[in-house]
Amino acid sequence: MDKNTLKPVLSIDNLKTHFFSRKGVARAVDGVSFDLTPGEVTGIVGESGCGKSVTALSVMGLVPNPPGRVVDGKILFHQKNLLDLNIKELRKIRGAGIAMIFQEPMTSLNPVYTIGNQISEMFRLHKGYNKKQALDAAVDMLDRVQIPSPHKRVHEFPHQLSGGMRQRAMIAMAMSCDPEILIADEPTTALDVTVQAQILDLMHRLKDEFSTAIQLITHDLGVIAEMADQVVVMYAGQVVEQAGTRELFQHTLHPYTRGLLASIPVLGHRTRGMDEDLTEIKGMIPSLYDLPAGCRFSNRCPQVMDKCKTHLPELTEMGGGHRVRCWLHTKGTTL
Amino acid sequence: MVLLAVSFICFLIFRFTGDPVLMLAGKYATQQEREQVRIAYGLDRPFYVQYANFLGNALKGNFGKSYISQVDALDTILERFPATFELALTAIFISLAAGVLLGVVVSIKPGSLVSRAIMAGSLGGISIPTFLMGILWVMLFAVYLEWLPPFGRGETVQIGPWRTGFLTLDGIKHIIMPALTLSGYQLAVILRLTRAGMREVLSEEYIKTAWSKGLSPFTVIVKHALRNVLIPVVTIAGLSFGELIAFSIVTESIFQWPGMGNLLLVSIFETDHPVIVTYIMMAAFIILAINILVDLLYAWLNPKIQYN
Ligand SMILES: Nc1ncnc2c1ncn2[C@@H]1O[C@H](COP(=O)(O)OP(=O)(O)O)[C@@H](O)[C@H]1O
Ligand code: SF4
Ligand SMILES: [Mg+2]
Repeated sequence: MDKNTLKPVLSIDNLKTHFFSRKGVARAVDGVSFDLTPGEVTGIVGESGCGKSVTALSVMGLVPNPPGRVVDGKILFHQKNLLDLNIKELRKIRGAGIAMIFQEPMTSLNPVYTIGNQISEMFRLHKGYNKKQALDAAVDMLDRVQIPSPHKRVHEFPHQLSGGMRQRAMIAMAMSCDPEILIADEPTTALDVTVQAQILDLMHRLKDEFSTAIQLITHDLGVIAEMADQVVVMYAGQVVEQAGTRELFQHTLHPYTRGLLASIPVLGHRTRGMDEDLTEIKGMIPSLYDLPAGCRFSNRCPQVMDKCKTHLPELTEMGGGHRVRCWLHTKGTTL
Repeated sequence: MVLLAVSFICFLIFRFTGDPVLMLAGKYATQQEREQVRIAYGLDRPFYVQYANFLGNALKGNFGKSYISQVDALDTILERFPATFELALTAIFISLAAGVLLGVVVSIKPGSLVSRAIMAGSLGGISIPTFLMGILWVMLFAVYLEWLPPFGRGETVQIGPWRTGFLTLDGIKHIIMPALTLSGYQLAVILRLTRAGMREVLSEEYIKTAWSKGLSPFTVIVKHALRNVLIPVVTIAGLSFGELIAFSIVTESIFQWPGMGNLLLVSIFETDHPVIVTYIMMAAFIILAINILVDLLYAWLNPKIQYN
């Protein structure tokens, strides 16, 4: 099927989420736009602190307020702007239409309730099942995410499961009401490499089965290479490059993306910390309270020009859906 | 072990504070009469034999007779136990219910005017001494408003060995002020504990998960957050219950509450050693028993601990 004919299930348009504090305003998400397509994985990649999680939380309506607030933009889900919905309408979409899983499987399940209880909750809330039906459905879901002896596991508490099992249970919970969108915020970062591969594999399979649109957040381009159809590269709250995965890897345009690519370790030897990985990009991500005047990457960019320091480049379409925000590629200058 | 240590200390108090013979036989007894008393009460035998006897009797629930009333010391205290127990129960109920409720309110809306007022009040609860708080309640409810009786236990109903004040309106009216007084400090502690716990738990990942499922704010806060906070709160409340029972002395004396605490005060004035010793042993026993109960409760609330 031609990708361009698939209608996006979610359109984020010029989203701005800011945090207000005594230090000033942190523009954690500053004009981000991208679409999610059914049955496709959209990878969001960037160093830690660049606004990936805040983007996801904005979609869920879960930005901690105060200090944070969505100040501008649209998030269209079935032609409805999620930002205009009241809490009741939003709650119907959370979990049922858009589900989310988090980085730490250790802490993202409630320690005092059984796995079964926590998965059942979804069925009872969104499908109106009774206790018995919901528990049966939970066992079914555990089976679907390949947890062995689900009848037994359903009565166990999170601490009785391994990290990988917990993340499977988390996925089972998220997928239980057959959501159209799954937002996975670094779902494998806390797991070791073999388990990581299994979980990614599972997500891939479920995505095909349910034709879910997945927003996969990671700081690991290796994971992107394996999983994603589309990639959005973020830096300091903005999208700096956006393309199909193959296109991005073959015709990398943005100096920041090149830096990220150069820092992918040999496959199978991914390390956890971002700092060690990014030896190729010198310097630190700028503070959101003290951003460079022009291009936000200009203080670290190996190809920085005079113009870069004073003028912020626009995200520019390069053809075939490949967009980039960099003066090296943007011809129509404002100078 | 603990009980053994306490019993030894009790025995020392029993034996070496003031000469019991003097007490028992009276100041004007002759030397011979004193010797008789000494032998009758086994006070002539070696120290370790006396202690062994004391222990043996204690195990059988026999702590000797009150010097004053010549009634069994344990019976004297047990008779007073229901009054104290009901007072402590009401107090712990008030502090748990109000403390947890207010703690949750404060943690949900931390900056609001209501929250600030509650926090200021809780500071008062911690720093105002019990006797002052008692007097303030009396001034307000008994003297100024004339709603509640200022002292005593009111009408009671005897059920088997238990004399309860819960079953009459008069009894309930009488228990309100002493229970409020006794609960004050505990309430403030539980409030602050709940608030601190809620703050921590509300920023946990699993709360984010709960929100992302589309659950109602009530379910997220009560089922997912509060349940985790209750583990330490119930532990503290349970542990302090023993203390409330054992040390409600000040409150009982302000309100002339006919409980164990009041009895202890009277016994101290009268140097009634068997009653004092029995009281201390009882207090130790109650606190110990409650510790064990709380441990079990804690295990039941917290799935990570399993006793096999
Ligand atoms: N609760 C918060 N309070 C204040 N600032 C926040 C908060 N959460 C996120 N931010 C700001 O948003 C930025 C982006 O955070 P985040 O989206 O979590 O980054 P990541 O890309 O690693 O997921 C952070 O650098 C921080 O400045
Ligand atoms: S605009 Fe300039 S500083 Fe920014 S990435 Fe491009 S070349 Fe580097
Ligand atoms: Mg993040």
